[in-house]
Amino acid sequence: MENDNREMEFSICILEEQTQLTLADLCRACAVHAERIIELVDAGVLEPQGREPAHWIFAGASLHRARKALRLQRDLGIDLVGAALALELLDEIDTLRTRLRATGGRY
Amino acid sequence: MEFKDYYKIMGVARDATQDEIKRAYRKLARKYHPDVSKEADAEARFKELGEAHEVLKDAEKRAAYDQLGVNWKGGQEFRPPPDWNTGFEFSGGGFTDGDAADYSDFFASLFGRDFRAGGGASSRAKGEDHHAKILIDLEDTCQGATRTITLRVPAVDIQGHVSTRERVLNVTIPKGIRAGQHIRLSGQGSAGIGEGKAGDLYLEIEFRPHPLYRVDGRDLYLDLPVAPWEAALGATVKVPTLGGIVELKIPEGSVSGRKMRLKGRGIPGNPPGDCYVILSIALPPADTEAARDLYRKMAQELNFNPRARMGV
Repeated sequence: MENDNREMEFSICILEEQTQLTLADLCRACAVHAERIIELVDAGVLEPQGREPAHWIFAGASLHRARKALRLQRDLGIDLVGAALALELLDEIDTLRTRLRATGGRY
Repeated sequence: MEFKDYYKIMGVARDATQDEIKRAYRKLARKYHPDVSKEADAEARFKELGEAHEVLKDAEKRAAYDQLGVNWKGGQEFRPPPDWNTGFEFSGGGFTDGDAADYSDFFASLFGRDFRAGGGASSRAKGEDHHAKILIDLEDTCQGATRTITLRVPAVDIQGHVSTRERVLNVTIPKGIRAGQHIRLSGQGSAGIGEGKAGDLYLEIEFRPHPLYRVDGRDLYLDLPVAPWEAALGATVKVPTLGGIVELKIPEGSVSGRKMRLKGRGIPGNPPGDCYVILSIALPPADTEAARDLYRKMAQELNFNPRARMGV
């Protein structure tokens, strides 16, 4: 094991709040072809602004949503619609769990 | 290294059919998928499962694995037999899917570790992005903080050996970041190929459980104990918030569970979150004669039936 303790300078930002992504950014970050991202948009998993793929602007939060959808499809052998449904249900469970915990319930 | 009982991991019999293996995998994969499961060891279980499936779904690998015999137990110290791998030919380079880098030493000793070269034919490509989770304290997001984090990065040397390298980064936690959000550190992923830029590092934020506050988005929830007389008569009490102590006026006649809002006292942001204070009435202990006398006096003088609404 080797350590590197160098202090490094780099730009830090909150992905969900300070970042917007183009279709190309998203394809690169997810390591997939544009078709796969377009499918996710068609399935309503991602909701970019702008009319055409070339002008689409995605919110930063899309990155992890897209990666999650792609992982679910790949790992569980489910189709896009199934993955979209799973994502929605997972989001809902997350919200409910957080709320339950916040208001003092146990889960 | 430890022997891995792939049949046990997948919960199937040694003579399971390929269909049974596929069904077992699908079912367990849904259960332990790290995006689905909240169990702490889900990721490790899912990787182990992927590895077991990689071997058992493939007739060649399964036959080779079976050849080790039935006397091995999971976790037992294992060395591949000297004649291992003779007479077997693994077609297609072995890996079909899954992340080969995550497979165990046990797997690697049997089937080799075949790293697919990233970037393909391109001589110039952006480096891979890296993703990790970090645990921070609620205080870190309220005040902003610099945290030193240690990441374990698998590194492959020229001979193809895999080792884990520790990487220490000083990260500025942006004020107001919430659980589930990600910090992006540009250029802190894998180095690029050729003239390609380095990849980015994404850190997912998770809060360490706080002894006082519970979190919902930017809002905080705090259980505040109050004395019976403070609730009954009203009082101004001190409340600890992340930004310091504030005074809160408890209206007279308050009951347990009453929710009060301290506007803007949650996680900072635009707009900042609120801090919800939930009153809980604490009973003074009746541990002295004087205290017991006071309780007896209340019992005599207050005409109070807490179960009146139950009709008893």
